[in-house]
Amino acid sequence: MTIKFPDIDYAAIAPLLIMFGVAALGVLVEAFVPKRARHLTQLVLALAGLVAALVVLVTQAETRVVTAGGAIAVDGPALFLQGSIIVLAIMAVLLIGERSLEKGGPFVAQAAITVGSEDDRRQAARADGATEVYPLATFAIFGMMLFVSANDLLTMFIALEVLSLPLYLMCALARRRRLVSQEAALKYFMLGAYASAFFLFGVALVYGFTASVQAAPGRMAGGVDFATIHAAATQSPANRALLFGGLAMIAIGLLFKAAAAPFHVWTPDVYQGAPTAVTGFMAACTKVAAFGALLRVLYVAFDGARWDFTPVLGAIAILTMLVGAVLSVTQTDLKRLLAYSSIANAGYLLVGVLAGVREGISSTMFYLVAYGFTVIAAFAVVTLVRDADGEATHLSRWAGLGRRSPVFAGVFTFILLAFAGIPLTSGFISKFAVFGAALDGGQTWLVIAGVITSMVLAFPYLRVVVMMWLSEPGESTPTIAVPGALTAAALVIGVAATLVLGVAPAPLLNLSDTAGQFIR
Amino acid sequence: MTGYLGSYATLGLLLVASVLIFVGAFTANRLLSPADPAEPAGKRATYESGVDPVGGDWAQMQIRYYVYAYLYVLFAVEAVFLFPWAVIFDRPGFGATTVVEMAIFVAVLALGILYAWRKKILDWT
Repeated sequence: MTIKFPDIDYAAIAPLLIMFGVAALGVLVEAFVPKRARHLTQLVLALAGLVAALVVLVTQAETRVVTAGGAIAVDGPALFLQGSIIVLAIMAVLLIGERSLEKGGPFVAQAAITVGSEDDRRQAARADGATEVYPLATFAIFGMMLFVSANDLLTMFIALEVLSLPLYLMCALARRRRLVSQEAALKYFMLGAYASAFFLFGVALVYGFTASVQAAPGRMAGGVDFATIHAAATQSPANRALLFGGLAMIAIGLLFKAAAAPFHVWTPDVYQGAPTAVTGFMAACTKVAAFGALLRVLYVAFDGARWDFTPVLGAIAILTMLVGAVLSVTQTDLKRLLAYSSIANAGYLLVGVLAGVREGISSTMFYLVAYGFTVIAAFAVVTLVRDADGEATHLSRWAGLGRRSPVFAGVFTFILLAFAGIPLTSGFISKFAVFGAALDGGQTWLVIAGVITSMVLAFPYLRVVVMMWLSEPGESTPTIAVPGALTAAALVIGVAATLVLGVAPAPLLNLSDTAGQFIR
Repeated sequence: MTGYLGSYATLGLLLVASVLIFVGAFTANRLLSPADPAEPAGKRATYESGVDPVGGDWAQMQIRYYVYAYLYVLFAVEAVFLFPWAVIFDRPGFGATTVVEMAIFVAVLALGILYAWRKKILDWT
């Protein structure tokens, strides 16, 4: 008996392997490098790994191959999204590594110590933050990169778990307000586990649906790889309820990660409780990963059922935009406001996903990158506005900030205008792109809902702007800390990208357009 | 029930029915339940059996057990993959590649043990 091993194109998956290697090395650093040198070592290792992965990715830009026995597809969208995840993750790691704003950094030294005990007070005052956050982050980045290039549902599920589990832990690591942080982590874990179970059950139903179908003559019948599902959608004699049930459950698993209503309820609590750097990481990178996977599932595997899923997902998109826009009006905490705005943005992204034409893919990818840059910059500013108790995130505390620190208030105003979609910012171009694609695809109803909710959503942003500039600073107005080099770098990258993508979006639009072709 | 969105009429009907049942159940509950429920002594105790609950509701768990359970899972997963591999790895067609692959797999899992050992989790004190 001879066995034929699956061919693996190591060059094509090298960025993935690099990130996994860096994460494994990070665990070793944690175990063997003396405590004093650990933070710097981990930071340099993570950044170097990300840059190396990006360089290798760029050399692979022309690769279009399905490899590892059909488990991984390296094609245009996969490479584009992996690149976006890496670039946004570099910014997030810069924020995570900041230690000059607070003694010991924004992370707790030992998360197992009881909150409020004598030991806890001691470690809050003096101890350096845990450096385990770096291996956790790199494992999550590896999972996200695998998630957007998975070519069958099982690989996608493994990647979903690899990206989720570290995120749950990272949410619990805040140095201040630890109970809120732990509550956020527990909520995220419970609901996330539930969503994963939905995903897995959906995979089982789809497996039942494809049982007798061959993707190509000579291939084994049945399976959950996307080519087989694509073939089964038109050929399978099984009851189509299996297909729709499976797709619905898989979509629930993915929409949960993407924070679309009605699967969004975890978002405000988790975004508020998690350390702000981690919130930025989740808002940017997790969103790229979730929508990348959703695009692949809907366009590669289930495109034969497009007429059936578009109305349902369209209703979810409209609900998401409405919930995000309306509830962000009532928020009084800045991190919660940004959470609801990220829910509304998930709705706009869904409009692009549902366009059903090639421009839909490319405009969604452009939107993901543009939004990621802006949202990390926004959270970078949030880390800077502090008082004696740490970050001051209540909206009333931001009143009159324009008088105290015109530069940072100006930067934040620019970011909020970008969220609101004012021309000359990336927010305008990206909304224009997804709505244009949806019009091309004949989804006018989604565009109408999108434009109306954008107008509603402009109100909470402008309210913050008015508050910062037109209110008198009070006794309790916090100070804006001088950012350390790392936060400053992340902030400059984010703001510059928001401006450049608003003024000269053509290069990235062209890149996302040439990359917008899946292979099966 | 015709047209593109017509097939969704059934789904809409189901949603309407579920809302009606939900509202109906709660309305019936409100109409049928007594407006002034009785409050006999002990009704709000933890158990209504007449025995007073003894002791506090906080008990300390020894966290070490859970860490050992974790480490056990690590070895168990490893064993699940090692057994089928051990049966076939010397057959023709497998050879050195298979050994190297398993070595990489075991090495990745061994990282976890190494980390636990360096963090002094294996000391039972």
